[in-house]
Formats: sequence, C-alpha cells, structure tokens
Amino acid sequence: MTIDHYFDYVIFPLLTASVILVLIRLFKGPEIADRVVALDLVISIGIGAITVYSIRTQKTLFLDVAMILALIAFLGTIAFSYYINKKNSND
Amino acid sequence: MTNVIICILATIGALATLFASIGILRMPDFYLRLSVTVKASTLGIGLLLVCASIYFSEVYVTTKAIAIIFFLVLTAPVGAHMIARTAYRSGIVRWKDTYVDEPDNEMKGSVANRELSNNDKNSDPD
Repeated sequence: MTIDHYFDYVIFPLLTASVILVLIRLFKGPEIADRVVALDLVISIGIGAITVYSIRTQKTLFLDVAMILALIAFLGTIAFSYYINKKNSND
Repeated sequence: MTNVIICILATIGALATLFASIGILRMPDFYLRLSVTVKASTLGIGLLLVCASIYFSEVYVTTKAIAIIFFLVLTAPVGAHMIARTAYRSGIVRWKDTYVDEPDNEMKGSVANRELSNNDKNSDPD
C-alpha cells in the first residue's frame, strides 16, 4: 500500500465527510453567524484538501492557491462580522 | 520511514478536521460551535501542511507551509473573536446549561446578558 493509495482511500474521504457535515450546518444554521463560521470552516478544510492534493499530484504550485485562500477566508469573516455589526447598530 | 511519519501526521490532521466538523454539527450553541471549530481546524490544517513540507522536503515548500501556518494561527483567533463579539452584540442567546461564573455582571446592554441577569434574579445567588 503506497502513500498515494493511503491518501486516496483514507485522507480524502475524511476531508470529504468533514465538508459534508459542515455543509449540513451551513444549510441548517439558525443564525447568520453560524453560517459565517461554517463557511470559514469550509474554506479551512479546502486549504487542507488543496495541500493533500498537492502532495498527491506532486505539484507544489497548489500551495500558492492555499495561501491566497487563507487570506480570503480571513477577509470574508471580518467583512461579514463588520456588516452584521453595522446592521445591528442601525436598528 | 518518512512515509510512515507522513501517514500518521496526515491521519491525525484529517481526524482533527473531522472532529471539528462533527463539533460544528452537534454542539448545541453558537459559542460552543465556535470554540470547537477554530482550534480543531487550525490543528488539522497545520498538521496537513507539516505533512506537505516533510513530503517535498525543499526549502521553498517549507517556507510556503510555514507562511500558511503562521497566517492561519494569526488570523483564526482574530476572526473568531470578531464573529463572537458580533454574535454577542446581536443577542444570540447561550445554551440553557451554560453556567456563567463571573463576580459581577458589569457589561449590561446586550440582549443575552439581560436575559442572563433576569435568570439570576430568579435564582438564589448563594
């Protein structure tokens, strides 16, 4: 059993199950803050999946994509919390 | 030998990510969900990036992995703090079994805390 098989049959299914569970919360979430946190977690798991994929295909170029995705996740969370805060203070 | 280390680290990382997503699905409260999610997902993604830097074992990959880990560790608590403060101000109530042990409820003015102080009036303080 090579490392490629291990990544194909163990690591990727675990990450896929994680994304599915978080997406259930993303659709279910009663408040908008729950959805923001779920979206942040989806992007974090996406960073992990991109890293595993770069190991699997042996292309290091994908790590740049992971870095940009980490940046955008942080900006998204900050922007969402800023605008929810604004909306509540206007009420 | 290196492959065994990579497999162990990747398994721990993927399991931590899976625990984070089980936590965000099963926890009863927004604040508990947040507290589970941020720590476990940071650990999981960090371990996967350590795997990548061990697997390629080149300087530029390690530098990129360290940069991503540094950025995640730096930004995840800040984002969690921002969204938790927003949720607290917009009045998301706590779980009914959350026990708050503070000497004095000084921060009045939020909906969650007002309901909490109403509950405190009903119960005996000592």
